[in-house]
Amino acid sequence: MLQIDCPWCGMREEMEFSYGGQAHVAYPKDPHAVSDEDWAQYLFMRDNPKGLFLERWVHSQGCRRWFNVERHTVTHEITAVYKPGEPPPAAKP
Amino acid sequence: MSGTAANIARIEGAGKIDRTRPLAFTFNGRKLQGYAGDTLASALLANGIHLVARSFKYHRPRGMLTAGNEEPNALVQLERGPYTEPNLRATEIELYEGLDASSVNCFPNVQFDLRAINGLASSILVAGFYNKTFMWPKGFWKKVYEPALRAAAGLGVAPDSPDPDTYDRMHWHCDVLVVGAGPAGLSASLQAGRRGVRTVIVEEAPEAGGSLLQRPATIDGVAGTEWASKAFAELDAMPNVLFLCRTSVFGYYDHNYLMAVEHRTDHLGPGRSPGVARKRLWHFRAKRVVLATGAHERPIVFGNNDLPGIVLANAACTYATRYGVSLGKCGVAFVNNDHGFALALETQAVARNIAMIIDPRPDPDDALVKRAAALGVRVLCNSVIATAHGWNRVSSVDICPTRGTGLARLECDHVLVSGGLNPAVHLYSQAPGKLRYDANLACFLPDQCIQTVEVAGALNARFSLDSALEDGALAGKRTLHTLGQAVDAGAPAEAKDELHILPVWSVQAQLGLKLPGKHFVDYQNDVTEADILLASREGFRSVEHTKRYTTTGMATDQGKTSNVIGLAILAASLGKPIPEVGTTTFRPPFTPVTFGAIAGRDRGSLSDPVRTTPMHAWHVDNGAVFEDVGQWKRPWYFPKPGEDLHAAVARETKALRTTAGVMDATTLGKIDIQGADAAEFLNRVYTNAWTKLAVGSCRYGVMCRPDGMVMDDGVTARLADDRFLMTTTTGNAARVLDWLEEWLQTEWPELEVYCTTVTEQWATTAVVGPNARKILKALAPDMDFSNAAFPFMTFREGVVAGLAARVFRISFNGELSYEINVPSWHGLALWRAVIEAGKPHGLTPYGTETMHVARAEKGYIIIGQETDGTVTPQDVGLEWAVSKQKDFIGKRSFSRSDTARAGRKQLVGLLPQDKAFVAPEGSHLVASPERSTFDPRLGSPSIGHITSSYYSPNLESAFALALIANGRAMHGKTVYCSQGSGLKPMTVTDPVFIDKEGKRRDGID
Amino acid sequence: MTASTDRVSPLENWTARFAAASATPVQFSIREVAFATHINLRVDAAAFGAKVRAVLGCDLPVVANTWTTGGECSAIWLGPDEWLVVAPDGRNESFCADLRTALSGVHHAVTDLSANRTMLEIAGSDARVALAKGCPLDLHGSAFKPPQSAQSLLAKSQVLLQCVDANPVIRVFVRNSFAAYVAEWLLDAAAELAASRNLDTPRIANRLA
Repeated sequence: MLQIDCPWCGMREEMEFSYGGQAHVAYPKDPHAVSDEDWAQYLFMRDNPKGLFLERWVHSQGCRRWFNVERHTVTHEITAVYKPGEPPPAAKP
Repeated sequence: MSGTAANIARIEGAGKIDRTRPLAFTFNGRKLQGYAGDTLASALLANGIHLVARSFKYHRPRGMLTAGNEEPNALVQLERGPYTEPNLRATEIELYEGLDASSVNCFPNVQFDLRAINGLASSILVAGFYNKTFMWPKGFWKKVYEPALRAAAGLGVAPDSPDPDTYDRMHWHCDVLVVGAGPAGLSASLQAGRRGVRTVIVEEAPEAGGSLLQRPATIDGVAGTEWASKAFAELDAMPNVLFLCRTSVFGYYDHNYLMAVEHRTDHLGPGRSPGVARKRLWHFRAKRVVLATGAHERPIVFGNNDLPGIVLANAACTYATRYGVSLGKCGVAFVNNDHGFALALETQAVARNIAMIIDPRPDPDDALVKRAAALGVRVLCNSVIATAHGWNRVSSVDICPTRGTGLARLECDHVLVSGGLNPAVHLYSQAPGKLRYDANLACFLPDQCIQTVEVAGALNARFSLDSALEDGALAGKRTLHTLGQAVDAGAPAEAKDELHILPVWSVQAQLGLKLPGKHFVDYQNDVTEADILLASREGFRSVEHTKRYTTTGMATDQGKTSNVIGLAILAASLGKPIPEVGTTTFRPPFTPVTFGAIAGRDRGSLSDPVRTTPMHAWHVDNGAVFEDVGQWKRPWYFPKPGEDLHAAVARETKALRTTAGVMDATTLGKIDIQGADAAEFLNRVYTNAWTKLAVGSCRYGVMCRPDGMVMDDGVTARLADDRFLMTTTTGNAARVLDWLEEWLQTEWPELEVYCTTVTEQWATTAVVGPNARKILKALAPDMDFSNAAFPFMTFREGVVAGLAARVFRISFNGELSYEINVPSWHGLALWRAVIEAGKPHGLTPYGTETMHVARAEKGYIIIGQETDGTVTPQDVGLEWAVSKQKDFIGKRSFSRSDTARAGRKQLVGLLPQDKAFVAPEGSHLVASPERSTFDPRLGSPSIGHITSSYYSPNLESAFALALIANGRAMHGKTVYCSQGSGLKPMTVTDPVFIDKEGKRRDGID
Repeated sequence: MTASTDRVSPLENWTARFAAASATPVQFSIREVAFATHINLRVDAAAFGAKVRAVLGCDLPVVANTWTTGGECSAIWLGPDEWLVVAPDGRNESFCADLRTALSGVHHAVTDLSANRTMLEIAGSDARVALAKGCPLDLHGSAFKPPQSAQSLLAKSQVLLQCVDANPVIRVFVRNSFAAYVAEWLLDAAAELAASRNLDTPRIANRLA
């Protein structure tokens, strides 16, 4: 079981959280301007890397806030936690 | 005392058992006696009983191989009746007064096992024989072979009545978790405990000490056992230290999450500790972990190496030193390393029964050889044991020089074996830590781990007492250092070779000879060297495949004594170095955990929350039969005396359409949505438009996922310009709230909207039917219920039955219907008042079944029944609720090729031509009763399925809702529902069966 | 036709069982505190906390998982813009109205949840251990003490815990429909600890104090 550092509540057990899949998959600004192919990409296709992955979690049994996590998919090491709207760690200066 | 006399194998004055406390116990029906401090294994051996089990496949006689958790042979069934537990290791069972155990896998008894005939048939019981042998004739596997094999090759018996014990669980956080309280673990723990950090020490034995309990030792001028009990006392007195004995860590999970099972009352016997949980499952979250799990000695593979009386050197030493038990009069030791050599001598010092040490090495340690001479033990170098002989007990061994030939037979009644040490890397490997093979020490050792863990002692190849103590202290210091304590960890000490091992995995391979007898690798699963060699010849290269094909290491002992030997033999046969073959994966649990311990406190009424509404007591008092809807208990129907479901629902449904019905609708999800952008928000999440909805009005809404599939529906009311009350389906309440929050927080943070769940603030009573208005008038004389003043799809606030209430005029059944909401603490009072007020008007309480029938008669969908995540609003006839103007979640997907295509399944009604035929929900439908001309077993293809199906007393017919390809174009056609071997014709209709014009919803004034 | 205006709490019928389980209050006691005013408040506290304070007489805590008290109220942190205001019975309507007035024109949500939850107050030396049997939080006295609070799981129910006294006195806020489950669970946990008093309960309780 993972231990996740909620940006608001601090370290909590994984059982308090729910998983939200890949982070930074923005809802297209105007979905109707998007081609069928690109829309299908948005709907169905997600990265599945072996290594660092940016993903969303929500502290569903706690403060109910969504946030982002950088997790290594092999080791489960969590290397960063940041709030929605904040840049992912690699994008930080 | 007669019992004392029976302890024929006790060594006078030896051992740490309490001879003042004799304990009576029963084994295979024999009344025996041991002492406090014994294990079942030591007590049996003290009584001269070596033969305790029969092997899994060949039913060979087996005795204790070890004295600990790695025991593969001595599995017993403990106690009888509901308490009974199968396959426990006799080496770990603490003796208590009245203990009753029996051998597993023996028929008719352990001394004389009829199935030992399997041993004679062993040439066919080779690796993979199940797969190879029982292939033909087809059908025989299930009917003949499998039952016979299961009967012949079973282990213990599971209890067949409810477990009378209780179990517990505990979550625990700490700075340092030390696994193992041997010399290294204690040493590390003292470092941590004395620094005041929150420390937990977990030891699976009943007391601290580890190897100090098994071997004579001196530390700081006192006996090792005394040092250990002092260390325990010091640690146990510290408020920052939790010291758990009789507790096994069985799983090492992510982020230093470890699980352990504490055996709290097993050692007291059944029924002796009322109310005390028998086992407790500990969930540890540790900042740092120190593993000091020690090492397991491993056997050497030679002919008939499984005979009772052949034990590991460590076990013989433990039985002598700790339990004062001698394993026989004349023992020989077969060791290939200094550690095993020393154990044999320590055994001799206490038991005085070791005649000879047989060592394949040319040059065992000088000091040890001198000690052997002093103790009167002959040392035979450059030699191995080739084969053992005996019937139910070893009686002699053939000795052979490592170079050259010629066997010499040596009489003996027990054999000590030490083939080297396997550090107990299981937990480390689970962490997961990588292992490396040390060719010098001939073992796998911890290498690198992604978790913050330190290893110490024998696990870290510090096999001698001094180096283990030093290593433990260093591991403790390093741990404290990483916790930010001002501790100098110092430089790690170099590991010395304390084994001087000459690896001998298999004597046959060592000698290059074919030797008689069976050469066991895995005792518990009866896997021999020949099985592994056969697998190798048959082309198995991967250790994981070989493991599964031969079942090496797959028994309840998880191959603690066999895995490394198995892979070494495989490597040799493949001509590869051991590291290239690698180890199999170590998985939890390290030791078996009972289901009771895993279930813990989640049993009976605590197995899952039972959610009830404020009106529940009334439902119970009035005979409701309940249905589980998620965790909710909802009244399913309210039978009158003598009524079954069918009769009760017929009555309830009739009442609802002719007089009035009342239902508890409290469980529907309710979300209070507030903020300036609330209407805009609803516009985005619902398929229809919300901006123009007047305050005081309600609207039905459908929610889709971005892929355009229906997710939830419900009625939402506008409480104020900037405030809405949304209802969701009962099962989706939490999911919808999460969904709304997700969009608000992650996509539209600019919207000024707050969502708050108010599901349980309100109790909801739905009054339904032609007489509903009369009942409401009686309850709320000050409110105006006329159609003009209080039209359909509006709500009003007022006083109902003297209580402040919010009344919604909405309907899920086509009838005039009012849903009265009051704060939940008034829910029961309101319900009672409604029942009273309804008496003159035929008000009938109804449950979820009638609700379903009534809504289906009107063609109203239920999320999760008519929808399954592949259904669009258009598919279920809700295009009227889909806005053409505004955008919303899912709209883009309606123009995707798959969503827009012709031929999608559409919601229809079905009327069976046999009016009594209630089709099973989920039944497939076909367009034609014809059979395939190609294959008469095949019918025509499915065109859809039935989603809801009931009998309607109002229609006087069964009816159904279904999703059928192009269904709307098929009204009037006949389709066929598969039913058993036949097909039932049904007519496709509009999904609205009753009151298509909607006249009933206004009721009668 | 009028109904009884007496309110029924979710654990109304549990009083006797709670009293029996509280026979040795030094070790464990449990009671329901029903009908308190519970208001869920959502607002930007940094900007408008003063307006709230003017109504409640209580500051909104800005440190996550803490609570404050002032006037008749205490305010428990639920999220970065969300609090549970707890006040004496009967203050729900006036506080809700006053908060709405004070915050008019400001993005906010005031929701009366007084009938949505009930509250169990447990105390005594066993209280932390009882919770630790089903709650994954670190409940050690050094980690969970006033003015701390936390939302988490207790067995299979979502709960809000408020540590009101280090001794400890801990309040367990639970939704109505889960109240019986949580009450049964706590009584069962406490009974096991009482039965194990001669085995290990004091030792373990001492390690969490």
